[in-house]
Amino acid sequence: MQVSMTVNGSNVSHDVEPRTLLVHYLREQTGLTGTNIGCDSSSCGACTIHVNGEAVKSCTMLAVQADGQDLTTIEGLADGDTLHPMQQAFHECHALQCGYCTPGMVMAAVSLLDEVPDPTEAQVREGLEGNLCRCTGYHNIVAAVLKAAGSSQ
Amino acid sequence: MIPVPFDYERATSAEHALALLAEHGDDAKLLAGGHSLLPLMKYRLAAPALVVDIGRLSDLSYVREDGDVLAIGALTRHRDVETSDLVRAQTGLLAAATSKVGDPQVRHRGTLGGSLAHGDPASDLPAALIALRGSVVVQGPAGRREVAVDDFFTGFLETDLAPDELLVEVRVPRMPEARWSFQKFNRRAQDWAIVGAAVVVDGGSCGVGLVNMDSRPVRAAGVEAAVDSGTSAADAAAVAADGLEPPSDLNAGGEYRCHLARVLTRRGLEEAGC
Repeated sequence: MQVSMTVNGSNVSHDVEPRTLLVHYLREQTGLTGTNIGCDSSSCGACTIHVNGEAVKSCTMLAVQADGQDLTTIEGLADGDTLHPMQQAFHECHALQCGYCTPGMVMAAVSLLDEVPDPTEAQVREGLEGNLCRCTGYHNIVAAVLKAAGSSQ
Repeated sequence: MIPVPFDYERATSAEHALALLAEHGDDAKLLAGGHSLLPLMKYRLAAPALVVDIGRLSDLSYVREDGDVLAIGALTRHRDVETSDLVRAQTGLLAAATSKVGDPQVRHRGTLGGSLAHGDPASDLPAALIALRGSVVVQGPAGRREVAVDDFFTGFLETDLAPDELLVEVRVPRMPEARWSFQKFNRRAQDWAIVGAAVVVDGGSCGVGLVNMDSRPVRAAGVEAAVDSGTSAADAAAVAADGLEPPSDLNAGGEYRCHLARVLTRRGLEEAGC
């Protein structure tokens, strides 16, 4: 089945099997490998991207469901060499250890601040409930999201 | 994990979806937000030959007042339910329970109707609908019919929905003055409830639905009767697990779940003002 969508501002179109998961489509057919696959069962959040501006887990969505939609992956956040404020905050707060969860964490955090622009620490922790960091580096991740919220005001 | 191959049709209307169901019967499954069905298909516990995508039927996504009930379209996403001013004001228990479903990413995709149609005794929303004494509207070849929540959940992952029917609306009594509580006990973030209790008290009448306490979503009828007759919260909650057969799994044994049901029901009743 032919699908067309906008990914990071560019129009893409491919023929896919209906059973193709969106995360596989993004990694293998559009070549955007920044989105990671972790648990493969909608638990860990490593595959979080934005669909129409909202965080979703791309392992639990079919590529055909994204037909016609507006998608953003981690590759679409930065403006050229200028990091997105959330990426910059992760960098400055050292909000990563192995880095595997980082793309999903950043995408979930950006979506969270869209919905709750000035969150409390508790709201950040609840808002990132769908993302697991197996290095357990949550402390600095939460600090980075709070810093990004402050810098965007 | 990839589902087995299937054919895909995107429904353009409820009638189109029903026509596809009539044509393909048990071989077809409806796909809304996909957060119940797709995991089952990835684990290969479900392998429909045809997936009918109803996710774009935007006319089935709404919240509106309809006399003394709040009518919510079956395709209303969890995110839209939990942030709806109408739901919060008129049936706050449903907003609170919805805000506990999965995690933000799940709530951006999953739908109220999809969660109910899945009929999982471990999910949060069936218990809330039971406590609220809501109903669902289903549409089939013979037209629409309304099913009271107590007649809807018929077994483990089984509902009163026939293979050729579509859940189109959820109806909840408007109770702006009600007090309520949603108690969800789990050990890990975003996990399913090990046990949960949905409690609503409106005037002298109370409703209690339990999560993960039997093979299907259940009403704690004994607790409701006790509260309605003036029994204290602590004494009423003592019968919360009576007659129920909760599952035993790696998270909790059945006996422990019975204990949790009593404790969570008491906390819920107290928070709701009993």
